[in-house]
Amino acid sequence: MPDASPSSHRGLLKIYLGYAAGVGKTYSMLQEARTLARQGVDMVIGYFEPHNRKDTIALIEGLEIIPRKRIQYRGATFEEMDTEAILRRHPAMCAVDEFAHTNVPGSERCKRWEDVQVILDAGISVLTTMNVQHLESLNDQVWQVSDVRVRETLPDWVVKQADEVVMVDLPPTALLNRLRRGQVYGPEKAQQALQNFFKESTLVLLRELALRQTAHQVDVRYVEQEEPAATYPDHEVRALPATNHIVQPSDRILIYVTADPSSAMLIRRGRRVADYLRADCFAVSVHPDADLRRMPAAPRERLEKHLNFARNLHIETRLLQGENPAETLVDFARLHQVTQIYLARARQALRMPVVGHSLVQQVVRLARDMQVTIVAERRRQPEH
Amino acid sequence: MSNMTRPDPEQLLRRVQAEDEFRKHGRLKIFLGYAPGVGKSFRMLDEGRRRRLRGEDVVVGAIQAGPSPVIQEILRKMELIPLKTVAGVPMIDVNAILRRRPEVCLVDGLAYDNPPASAHAKRWQDVEELLASGISVIGSVNLQFIEELRDEVERITGREVNDTIPLSFVKMADEIEVVDAPADMCKEGGVMLRPEATPADNQQRLMELREKALLLAADVVDHQLETYLQRHGIEQLWGAQERILVCVTPRLRASTMIESGRRNADRFHGELFVVYVNEPDLRPDEHASLEGNLSLARRLNAQVSLLESEEPIHAIMEFARQHGITQIFIGHSSRERWWHRLRGSFVDHVIREAEGMDVRVFPN
Repeated sequence: MPDASPSSHRGLLKIYLGYAAGVGKTYSMLQEARTLARQGVDMVIGYFEPHNRKDTIALIEGLEIIPRKRIQYRGATFEEMDTEAILRRHPAMCAVDEFAHTNVPGSERCKRWEDVQVILDAGISVLTTMNVQHLESLNDQVWQVSDVRVRETLPDWVVKQADEVVMVDLPPTALLNRLRRGQVYGPEKAQQALQNFFKESTLVLLRELALRQTAHQVDVRYVEQEEPAATYPDHEVRALPATNHIVQPSDRILIYVTADPSSAMLIRRGRRVADYLRADCFAVSVHPDADLRRMPAAPRERLEKHLNFARNLHIETRLLQGENPAETLVDFARLHQVTQIYLARARQALRMPVVGHSLVQQVVRLARDMQVTIVAERRRQPEH
Repeated sequence: MSNMTRPDPEQLLRRVQAEDEFRKHGRLKIFLGYAPGVGKSFRMLDEGRRRRLRGEDVVVGAIQAGPSPVIQEILRKMELIPLKTVAGVPMIDVNAILRRRPEVCLVDGLAYDNPPASAHAKRWQDVEELLASGISVIGSVNLQFIEELRDEVERITGREVNDTIPLSFVKMADEIEVVDAPADMCKEGGVMLRPEATPADNQQRLMELREKALLLAADVVDHQLETYLQRHGIEQLWGAQERILVCVTPRLRASTMIESGRRNADRFHGELFVVYVNEPDLRPDEHASLEGNLSLARRLNAQVSLLESEEPIHAIMEFARQHGITQIFIGHSSRERWWHRLRGSFVDHVIREAEGMDVRVFPN
């Protein structure tokens, strides 16, 4: 970590990225915390989840720990990170486990990453841990691979903002051995884990995702550091692998959002592709009546949830008024120099019997001058 | 990633163990770093130390010259089989290790050349001998010493590398583990850099190397996954990598599509495929346009395939499923015909059939 001295600037954020519990994220984070403390950095532990792991617990010896805050919820006591106490103590740097954690209701902020933003804003640098499956844009893919819908997610832009993302790697066979030796969970939970999330093929895939994600984070950072390069017209793309560092005339991606549940998946996919292509990304919804309040409550709530979700991922949203969604969408796209329209693929049951009448077909036909991407429904095949 | 009957992990473990017994072959684990100083030797020794605590019989066969104080501290608690020096060149003492017969031998710096006239020219070949005799090896190597990456790394660092190991040796490892660290944490990384360049430039170089190491590991892991799935008879329905398939026809100005495919594949560090379904009796102009598209595809390092089928859509979908394609790029036909309105166009049909894949339709 570069300069970590207290200042009026925003703190630096470093993320230890893994692909499952037990790969050694917390261990690596605390090891660095120790090293820095030994070098004289004013370091505290803001939150630490021991999970009964002996090696890890040994590492916090001698480090200052900010006591957790107790919160009463429905008659039970929960413990959360005490952000206000950290701010009062104001160290140069703070180690915070489990970046993607959701706080118990009644906490100041919903998510731990929001707490971390507050700590960073106060000029305190943060070391933190997360798994690749906590990235919002990978939620559907992770579900496909593992059959687990990860609920504790964080928006990709939060990770992109980090000053450093470091991969904590461990081969899955070694992880499985740790699990069997009882070094990750207690015996009962370990057995459960082996039968669910911790299947070798699942772990291998998640590991590959984490490696590629870290490579992408490195890529993003060094492209940002490069001088603003000249833009190249399409035909000058070179065959060399180095092409990924040519800055292209920027793509503009437009996501068509509806009340249909497929919209969430579409927004994640659009966001992910936009991030990789370094494209602008916005989302629109089309209605005959611009005043949503006159819409039936159930679909309106779903639609608002989707638009809100898009905004949380830093996607600009717009409500468009129009009788014909396909025409309104394509006109808007043309007016705003959109290069790609993102649509969800109509599901089997909803598909129009007559060819040419589905929204997808109408848009494809109307937008012959731009690219239209029809996003597949990511779903698991029936297991048996 | 489903439709499969997965044996439970215990069963898997037994099967793997049975295979190992049968092979009577040591297991190879490699720590891969992207520059000197990221901490490979430390991680390798730390693993050796922990295995020893768990009761495995571990020795150190080679450690790089000038170890740091932290490494010296670990070494004091380990059994060493000293390097022997022949003609001023250090090499691992294979015979001494074979006589000692540990379960696990740690070998730092896998890419070293042995002195001339040694039994093996390279240290990694010594390691092969240890493995063949049933001794497991934990080794370490830096990205720049991989033969196949030598040109690229030399382009980045401007430094020539002599001692190398083949990529195939890294790929055959039972396990590979990336030792990752931010570029500015890599203290001795300076060895890799150009003295004449600015610190910022050198930082960029290290980042480029770091990205390459991560992607190389991802490829090795991908390869291992394929082997694993094959061994267990599981059909892969989904991978971690983006694979783009561009469909070209003789009547399509496909250059934008192919170039965009290349750019997208690069950005995702994915793979690019280009297919063409053979049609008989092309007109000369169609033939020329097709050839132009295919040669552009080859120039951009796409994997080009010609498919033979009476049913183009069926052939494309089969190819896509076999190759784990995640995105299909197709173009609008040059003009819309009246029957498209009734029966649906090529584009409509591809969208309908491409279950589980994104379809991107390009202007013609």
